[in-house]
Amino acid sequence: MGVIVLLILFSLLVALIFLGAFFWAVKSGQFDDPQTPAIRMLFDNEISTSKNKSKTLRGE
Amino acid sequence: MNPSTHIAKTRCYHCGENCNEADIVWENKRFCCEGCKTVFQILDKNNLCTYYSLNEGAGIQVKNGVERKRFEYLQDLDVQHKLVDFQKGNTVSITFSIPNIHCTSCVWLLENLQNIDEGIIRGTVNFLKRTVTIVFDDTKTTLRHVVEMLTTIGYEPTLKLEQLEEEGKASVQRGLWLKLGVAGFCFGNIMLFSFPEYLKMDQSGSSDMFRLFFGGLNILLALPVLLYSGIDYLKSAWAVLSQKGINLDVPISIGMLALFGRSAYEIISGTGAGYFDSFTGFIFFLLIGKVVQKKTFDQLTFDRDYKSYLPISVIRLGQKGEKSIPVNKLEIGDHVLIRNQELVPADSVNQTENLQIDYSFITGESEPVSLRVGELVFAGGKVVGKTAELIISKKVEHSYLTQLWENESFKNSHKDKVITSFADRISPHFTFTVLGIAVLSLLVWLQIDASQAFTIFTAVLIVACPCALALSTPFTLGSVVNILAANGFYLRNTHVIESLSRTSAFVFDKTGTITEAENRSIDFVGIPLSNKEEHLVASTCKSSTHPLSKAIVEKLKRTALNNPVSYFELAGKGVHAVYPDSRVYIGSSEFLEEQNIQVTTDDSSLGYGSKVFVAIDGKYRGYFRIRHIVRKGLSNLLSDIFKPVFLLSGDNEKEKNMLLKVFPHWRKMLFDQSPSDKLDFVNTLKRKGAHVTMIGDGLNDAGALQASNFGIAVSDDKSSFSPACDGIIDATSLHSLNKFVAFSKSAFTIILFSFGFSLLYNLTGLGFAITGHLSPLVAAILMPLSSVSIMAFTTVATRIQAQKMGLKIWV
Repeated sequence: MGVIVLLILFSLLVALIFLGAFFWAVKSGQFDDPQTPAIRMLFDNEISTSKNKSKTLRGE
Repeated sequence: MNPSTHIAKTRCYHCGENCNEADIVWENKRFCCEGCKTVFQILDKNNLCTYYSLNEGAGIQVKNGVERKRFEYLQDLDVQHKLVDFQKGNTVSITFSIPNIHCTSCVWLLENLQNIDEGIIRGTVNFLKRTVTIVFDDTKTTLRHVVEMLTTIGYEPTLKLEQLEEEGKASVQRGLWLKLGVAGFCFGNIMLFSFPEYLKMDQSGSSDMFRLFFGGLNILLALPVLLYSGIDYLKSAWAVLSQKGINLDVPISIGMLALFGRSAYEIISGTGAGYFDSFTGFIFFLLIGKVVQKKTFDQLTFDRDYKSYLPISVIRLGQKGEKSIPVNKLEIGDHVLIRNQELVPADSVNQTENLQIDYSFITGESEPVSLRVGELVFAGGKVVGKTAELIISKKVEHSYLTQLWENESFKNSHKDKVITSFADRISPHFTFTVLGIAVLSLLVWLQIDASQAFTIFTAVLIVACPCALALSTPFTLGSVVNILAANGFYLRNTHVIESLSRTSAFVFDKTGTITEAENRSIDFVGIPLSNKEEHLVASTCKSSTHPLSKAIVEKLKRTALNNPVSYFELAGKGVHAVYPDSRVYIGSSEFLEEQNIQVTTDDSSLGYGSKVFVAIDGKYRGYFRIRHIVRKGLSNLLSDIFKPVFLLSGDNEKEKNMLLKVFPHWRKMLFDQSPSDKLDFVNTLKRKGAHVTMIGDGLNDAGALQASNFGIAVSDDKSSFSPACDGIIDATSLHSLNKFVAFSKSAFTIILFSFGFSLLYNLTGLGFAITGHLSPLVAAILMPLSSVSIMAFTTVATRIQAQKMGLKIWV
């Protein structure tokens, strides 16, 4: 039965990692603006293509 | 030939407006103006044309070219220091408020500015707040460059005087999320660890070891909830108690401490499993209530004063020519230039012949005032027409406009205005009753079984904890705020609802509140004008800068206007234009009479707005009647209010009859009211015992809004300026105001019911507690059950009530 103690401590540790992730998310401002990221994800790909283009243009 | 056939039906590639001048073309794309074309060229050059593929015609029309000198003041180190968020080495971060942000294209462009200006490291848009945070390298670009570039592409940042005086505010919301996260985390884990206890698994052999292990973990997990998540309640209770008062946080804190103390004692002494699951759950639910209550409207600001209205900079004329400087560095005696549509930053003396100043936002006068050289110009007035040259006579903070904020009403901070909430008012009774019952049962049990007495005492304190009680108010009022917002009425916070519900008198402003701020109805009364004559009238008015002439031009919708042979304007009086085959006089009746033209009017049109008289070839033809349009549904609203209604107008009586027609039962109608007259009027009403709700829109109402018990600012556009108030109402929703007040009143009936509801839970719990049957399991069931049922009851009840009253219940 002693293994249960170990398991519980381990599960608590995993949960703590998630709590830490939540802290990080709040502190990095992810909860400040719920709207813009939803818009931003729509054009993520295009940013990289246009950047590549401008880079290659400059490289030529 | 009809000139209107010339209008091209194509739309501008940049902004999507109709193109009137067909010859602005670039790379086979049409533009409505040179400004739009320039923006396209910039974006095209920098490979940013995705902007147009995201949304068609996404751009912002850039009518006026950018006046480069305007942003000179941004080179001032003091100004830079005040504006930037922070600077680390060469990296500068600054947040601009840009009202023009409106679609996905805007977000995309503003986050790809590094393609235009190499010095920019990144841009981050907050779409709800309409802000962009730009991080740039100040060795490669400058603040002034960044602002100029933003302005060139149509995203001019709002830079107002307040930014020079205020420090950035940190977000409070983050702390609340963290506290809620910790409470939720601990609550969940403690519930798991308490599970064996619920099932009475402690009969098994190794129970002591497990009990110690789980108990120890529970204490460890409950500590951060007490010391971090719930600390605000303890602090608030302590603050109130040390001032010899009691609010709802006092019984909450007593409950918290009783729960924690008793549980810790049970676990350490090995006599029980404790109530840590109830304790953490209790804090968790309370914090959810706080989150619901803290609902804010990011795009709205409720605390604006003149500083967010006045400009941040002004152009000063010095020996070295024009130079733009920050407004707070203006000195008495400085010569300044104010261009068309710009605001006068401080009281000054006019140096321009026939200067036209529009004071509508400051005083409520609807027509601009003409000023001669040497006359005083007040801060906040908007220059109309030609550029004004002024000499500053008072510093910004001593100007006539800013004096209003010196009034007593502004001295009390907004918090003092909030009356103690309903829950706080009953909490002394509640606290003393609970303590009474606890002490009584302690005494009774000391007689019956002294060993049980202390357990019973703490059990009473635990179960009487007003968790459900504390949740009723935030959840009900939180729903009310959400429902009102769905209907176009945005409240500052949940505390102000009570003020709104107690309204016993309404005071309305006229211009911009009862009537629409921008649109006016225009009709012509007299001998009908022929097509050609209308054309001449439009041509004549076109050359005048007076707003009434502009309104007439807009109404007549003529293009390809004639140029007069000679033209004469007496500012604020009238215009006289000569054409090859006719002469046109347009203006006030005095102006026409001075030209020996007989003007005839009928009295029936008196009091229905402004009139502009027209004479062609020396013959009087009639007049244009220009009236403010009364907002839709307002007549019904006013007649539905069965409380005294007052009208305060900064304007003169010229629209009195029209206003009487809209609503005949004004308790009082006052005209020519200065901003401080309005404030005094509201104070007098209050002194007579009325609970005043003031509805206004401009800075001229700022004092009255502040002095009233509940101030409502009417807004046509959420991003535009509105003075400090308790609620901002969408102009299109104003007609439902009466419903909103009734709804806010019904919210308190709902709160009363849920109080009764939660007291039932408390009584049930007390039954268990007094008889000594409050096991951790009973507490763990009773506590969340009461909280969740209160949340459900209040949310559902407010929505049913809203639906009954015909309000929208979801956004």
